[in-house]
Amino acid sequence: MTYIAKPKFQHPGLPKNELGYTHRDYEGKVSTLCAGCGHDSITASIIEACYELSIEPHRVAKISGIGCSSKTPDYFLGNSHGFNSVHGRMPSVLTGANLANRDLIYLGVSGDGDSASIGFGQFAHSIRRAVNMTYIVENNGVYGLTKGQFSATADRGSKSKKGVMNTENAIDLVAIALQLGASFVARSFSGDKSQLVPLIAAAIRHKGAAFIDVISPCIAFNNHAGSTKSFDYVREHNDAVNRLDVLTGRDPITVEYAPGTVQVVEQHDGTRLALRKIDADYDANDRLAAMTFLQKHAAKGQVVTGLLYVDPDAEDLHTHLDTVETPLNTLEAKDLCPGSAALEKINASLR
Amino acid sequence: MKPTDISAPDYFHKVVDCQWACPAHTPVPEYIRLIAEGRYSDAYMINWKSNVFPGILGRTCDRPCEPACRRGRVEENPVAICRLKRVAADFKDDVKHRMPKPSPKNGKRIALVGGGPASLAVARDLAPLGYHCTVFDSDPKAGGMMRSQIPKFRLPDTVIDEETGYILDLGVEFKGGHRVDSLKKLLSENYDAIFIGSGAPRGRELDIPGRKEAAANIHIGIEWLASVSFGHVEKIGRRVIVLGGGNTAMDCCRTARRLGGEDVKVIVRSGFEEMKASPWEKEDALHEDIPILNYMVPVAFKHVSGKLIGVTFQKVKAEYDAKGRRNLVPSGEPDQTIPCDDVLVAVGQENAFPWIERDCGIEFDKWNMPQVDPITFASTNPKVFFGGDAAFGPKNIIWAVAHGHDAALSIHKMLSGEDINERPLPEVNVFSQKMGIHEWSYDNDISGDKRFKVPHRDKVIALKDIKAEVELGYDVKLALGEAQRCLNCDVQTIFSAPACIECDACVDICPMDCITFTENGEEDDLRQRLKAPSPHRDQALYVAEGLKTGRVMVKDEDVCLHCGLCAERCPTGAWDMQKYLIDMTYAGSTCQSKARSAA
Repeated sequence: MTYIAKPKFQHPGLPKNELGYTHRDYEGKVSTLCAGCGHDSITASIIEACYELSIEPHRVAKISGIGCSSKTPDYFLGNSHGFNSVHGRMPSVLTGANLANRDLIYLGVSGDGDSASIGFGQFAHSIRRAVNMTYIVENNGVYGLTKGQFSATADRGSKSKKGVMNTENAIDLVAIALQLGASFVARSFSGDKSQLVPLIAAAIRHKGAAFIDVISPCIAFNNHAGSTKSFDYVREHNDAVNRLDVLTGRDPITVEYAPGTVQVVEQHDGTRLALRKIDADYDANDRLAAMTFLQKHAAKGQVVTGLLYVDPDAEDLHTHLDTVETPLNTLEAKDLCPGSAALEKINASLR
Repeated sequence: MKPTDISAPDYFHKVVDCQWACPAHTPVPEYIRLIAEGRYSDAYMINWKSNVFPGILGRTCDRPCEPACRRGRVEENPVAICRLKRVAADFKDDVKHRMPKPSPKNGKRIALVGGGPASLAVARDLAPLGYHCTVFDSDPKAGGMMRSQIPKFRLPDTVIDEETGYILDLGVEFKGGHRVDSLKKLLSENYDAIFIGSGAPRGRELDIPGRKEAAANIHIGIEWLASVSFGHVEKIGRRVIVLGGGNTAMDCCRTARRLGGEDVKVIVRSGFEEMKASPWEKEDALHEDIPILNYMVPVAFKHVSGKLIGVTFQKVKAEYDAKGRRNLVPSGEPDQTIPCDDVLVAVGQENAFPWIERDCGIEFDKWNMPQVDPITFASTNPKVFFGGDAAFGPKNIIWAVAHGHDAALSIHKMLSGEDINERPLPEVNVFSQKMGIHEWSYDNDISGDKRFKVPHRDKVIALKDIKAEVELGYDVKLALGEAQRCLNCDVQTIFSAPACIECDACVDICPMDCITFTENGEEDDLRQRLKAPSPHRDQALYVAEGLKTGRVMVKDEDVCLHCGLCAERCPTGAWDMQKYLIDMTYAGSTCQSKARSAA
């Protein structure tokens, strides 16, 4: 961590987005995490994605639980709404907020402890209910705040910093999210922003439960030989199935792709996702195939990354519940209270 | 791109833009830090070693460092480097005991012609080595143009006395009131070497109709300033026109305002923006109610029975040819005559060597300038060296000092039987500033303050007294604030690729987006792929290879704040902040102790 604030000066030639903001305008406070923490790179990626999408910071609600990962919303989007909730309870707070005001962009930031242990049930239900959100897990495989015990996502057979072998089976949050019906599922790596930034941007533009598992090495406790969440291990075993370009607006696709190498997916808001295939056989629209692919490669010790599954026509919780479109805070008394005549009518129908 | 060789002495020197731009290569950030610590005497001595006249230059320097200052690329204004130098001089304790001691004479005699900054810099470097230095000047006191041409309201005599005194006290013999009329005669006096630092003493004439007839009220700027300086001239007419757009013109008009000139105008041929005067000197003149009229070429002095009544000007405009060269062409407007009582002509200075016989082995070029080697400052007579304005025409004090250092080195090498063309490399020290995990031995918290203004004396009072210094200098508090604006560009970011794990922490934290990890390529291509645009090609890219992913680390030095956050955020110590100090080579450097006197 650093004790001085990041200087306000910025590069005089920094590009600006449609709102006239530079990426520095999307920063928050200076991070207090350990030097080199993967989470800080994810923070930078969220900043970059929001900058690229020209998002108005005050239209974002960032919600987190407890843990190193859950501290990070303080470090990005300093002008957004934020709620640092109870351990593992980010999904229910987010669900509540989303139901109350569907107009905001919901960014749930959690970690492997927060989502795969104490909040596992909450994670499952928010995905199952198709809450319209971007759910990011900053996954380092250890409890960093309590000095590096294995978390529930640590791979069986991987070693702790002290050399102890993990004997328990790992929870693969991506596999579970797929199984629970998440309509946007991706995995990425904090050390590869060129992959991560477009994934976050696409997830923000996705309607429905978008889940991104980001492997984020813990420099202090999980970046050694024998770890399967270290920079070196992930770089060596990274099996990216595709690369993503997010195309906003109605402009035609200007980048030229070799035929057969790109799959274009249009989301409900018109955002087009150009998936440049690395694995020619991989189909990001096939949930079942994705699950099989994932299991096969996990067995070989490979870390599958990229946009693994997307359903561009997904519906969200509001559609299912047929809720009112107006945010609750702007509903007037006359909208909420139909009056005594209406009450009489209802009462009469029940007599 | 090839990986950067950071061990080349010039690489990091260029990153310290101010020091690189300073002809004498004064270690600017080093002395500014000392000022911030309140160590004014130490700051003064660092300056004294490099530029010899900190108090004088802190008031009068042309400041090539300030346009170069990195702060000027990050916000509106550079650090007030020049005025901080004055702070060191103003607040220092007695530093006499820190001056070199006169050493036993080595029997070699050096004659120095002219008692200005170039000669005195040579004497300062050579006297402590045991040379017997004799300085000749036609004026009674040492200082040359610093004393005769710079008005006292910008540079008080006390400052000149003090700083020339430090040099003369080294056992230098000063022969004031002694004009050298013949180089031949001087050569016959068997000096081991002669240094000519006689300046550019002749003001350029303006030969237009009426010049002779109205001569009584037309004065050559630098001569007039010298006469004022020595008290020979005490007043001037009510309406004064100053012709010329350089710093001498600014000194002339402001002096005229103090000697009875109520309606003083500066009139220049060129546009206001292209004037040679430094922007701050123009500002000071405007502040004293002196209008500057531009695009007006003087064509005649108007006079009635031998009395000047005005100057006639042709109106011109600037036109640019295909090559971008400017031509002043008549605008077609009618000529304008501006009435006046006196005219000061400050249209340039020239060298004049009537006292150098053309048969004493010194070759002159077609412009009647001596042939001088730009590195050794030797003339074609092996015993005779030139420096300051005498060498290459009018420049300013800091250049004269730089020439002096180099000429002194040549003289010392020649008289030690060495080849003067072999110039020893400067000594470079680079050492870590790390004190703890997040602690550095310099203040890396960047100040967001804007440039502080130097307090001025009230205009009404200042204009009444020609000797009252206009600038009052920073007080301690303002000086501290200004010193904190320095970005410590000499504390370098040093990268070690083998230690790097490519976690991107430095990329994410860098406030200026200076750092990029990417595939290598040609420079033009690489500059386009950086995280932030890199338009200044004169600013280096620091390229390091040897990373696990095969990429290269590219750091654009251009707008780096030297805040050290990259190093604070680096989990493996691949980045370090290391202070770069360069000891320029002076006469006798090779035998000097390696120990530094301060910091």
